[in-house]
Amino acid sequence: MEKQITQQGQLRIALRNCGMLDPENIAESIARDAYQALGKVLKELSPQECINILKQSGLRGRGGAGFPTGLKWEIASKSQSDQKYVVCNADEGDPGAFMDRSILEGDPHSVLEAMAICGYCIGADKGLIYIRAEYPLAIKRLRIAIDQAMEDGLLGKNILGSGFNFEIKLRYGAGAFVCGEETALIHSMEGKRGEPTNKPPFPATSGFMKKPTNVNNVETFANIAPIILKGPDWFSSIGTKNSKGTKVFALAGKINNVGLIEVPMGTSLREIIYEIGGGIKEDKKFKAVQTGGPSGGCLTEKHLDTPIDYENLIEAGSMMGSGGMIVMDENDCMVSVAKFYLDFIVGESCGKCTPCRVGNKRLYEILEKITQGKGVMKDLEKLKNLSYIIKDTALCGLGQTSPNPVLSTLENFYDEYYEHVVEKKCRAGHCKNLFHYVINEELCVGCAACKRCCPVHAITGDKRMPHYIDSNICIRCGECIEKCSFDAISIQLEPKILV
Amino acid sequence: MTRIKSLDELKNKRDELKSALSLLDDPDNPDRKVQIKVAMATCGIASGARSIKDFLTAELSKRNIPSVVTQTGCMGYCYAEPTIEVKLPGREAVIFGYVDRIKADEIIEKYIKKGELTEGVIPRNYSTID
Ligand SMILES: Cc1cc2nc3c(=O)[nH]c(=O)nc-3n(C[C@H](O)[C@H](O)[C@H](O)COP(=O)(O)O)c2cc1C
Repeated sequence: MEKQITQQGQLRIALRNCGMLDPENIAESIARDAYQALGKVLKELSPQECINILKQSGLRGRGGAGFPTGLKWEIASKSQSDQKYVVCNADEGDPGAFMDRSILEGDPHSVLEAMAICGYCIGADKGLIYIRAEYPLAIKRLRIAIDQAMEDGLLGKNILGSGFNFEIKLRYGAGAFVCGEETALIHSMEGKRGEPTNKPPFPATSGFMKKPTNVNNVETFANIAPIILKGPDWFSSIGTKNSKGTKVFALAGKINNVGLIEVPMGTSLREIIYEIGGGIKEDKKFKAVQTGGPSGGCLTEKHLDTPIDYENLIEAGSMMGSGGMIVMDENDCMVSVAKFYLDFIVGESCGKCTPCRVGNKRLYEILEKITQGKGVMKDLEKLKNLSYIIKDTALCGLGQTSPNPVLSTLENFYDEYYEHVVEKKCRAGHCKNLFHYVINEELCVGCAACKRCCPVHAITGDKRMPHYIDSNICIRCGECIEKCSFDAISIQLEPKILV
Repeated sequence: MTRIKSLDELKNKRDELKSALSLLDDPDNPDRKVQIKVAMATCGIASGARSIKDFLTAELSKRNIPSVVTQTGCMGYCYAEPTIEVKLPGREAVIFGYVDRIKADEIIEKYIKKGELTEGVIPRNYSTID
């Protein structure tokens, strides 16, 4: 495989202006080249020439599936219709992801400009941004940006004297995860229930109001202007063979430098976690990184040096998704992680198709059973079979990917499942029925701090003598371990029996 | 603002705005200013950035330091919010994290007035396209 890894750490293309300018003052954006690419496209390029630049650049969609953006625009441009639409997907539903919000709050003009360029290329004069109402600041700044751009003649009628018209309106979502899926998103914008429909027809032929519609993600749009201004060769020189440019990730979880980062495609997890992210919190042991949200999976130690791009992530059993990266350490139980995502999916499934509505619920119940220590070996097989059935039969991308967290943890952390089921143990100390708090007699000084804070009086012991926790009474709330100043209490897989 | 009617007009406007900015930053210009940016995306505001911005604006004018304090979006250092970027005329911009009022006061007294770095500087760990 071709490797072009630039060891330079972060490179900000989509985030080029985030934190650099006042998003509520268009003058600052103009000073940093906003709308120059639009001006250049309108004055010097035909729609097809502009599409060719994008195709050459190798830009792929940043909203999940990684579809080539230039090709998508070309398909929409070839659709015949009196009216077409450009839609920006700002639904951002993955738990732990905040890339799109940050771009919209920090540099709204980069998205507006790119939507206008897209409009010119596909022959649309109307743009819509679908944004969740839970992003009030992003909405406010978008509104201000649209008003200012209209006032300056950078949106609206006869933009920069070119004769091209383009207006942008906002559409609000209620924050349903499935409404990030493009067909559900379009229905939601039409005022219908946010439910997906089968593809084809793809939005590029029949989308909003049955008209050809081009849907792109916020970050995809944020990459457009630099590609036009600096050229497709510049862009395609960054990244790996099939994944060009950079990717923004929202680093969250057990990592020191929680934050928003942008790295060239092909950067390794190790670099992201240990160099940019500053390592694992409290120097604990790294266990996994969850990428791709509820549609993705977990990467483990053996993937630390894999160059991150669309293909490699799929091969590793995860996916790029929109760019949430949740780092987990030794205290995270992987069965519970899978359960967390399934819980999310059960709540977010729209209920239209049976595999997703019922299948995911059953998956959740099996996981619940395992984390309670009631699982049997047969459950592991059931989990796997049911996962494949759901993937093969669900209607939309939500159900088709929802078992991924289960499959990927089963694949990479089979021993943890096995321990839960057979040995009835949770090594991470997370599943309350499957571990014990034990006081080390050598370290305990008998200060009674734990005894005083225990809400169920499970701790006994005389003053200045080692104390004891009765595991049958203990509710695993963890108060004692927090209170102990001598590190005398630890998580053990076997209880201590008083003789 | 008046409508911008052509690409040339847009380019001129950009150049004007750019040179106004670089004039602010010119140490030989009598009207130079200290430029401060406060990261104010949702996350920054939630950790108190707005009151830090108000504090800096008020204190800098009280202490007679010619300056502009503006808001920006997320700078990416969520773990160290509130974060601010301080640009002294003619100098590299410096980013400070964990800025509360005490820290902000220290930054004014030490860094802005005397040019001495305080604790809490966040090294810029990325390159941009310009
Ligand atoms: C369940 C589900 C949720 C999705 N959520 C989002 C989302 O929040 N934001 C987004 O941009 N794309 C989301 N997508 C992907 C969109 O359907 C679509 O592929 C994307 O907006 C296309 O833009 P792109 O080509 O620029 O990536 C989701 C897909 C599925 C199946």
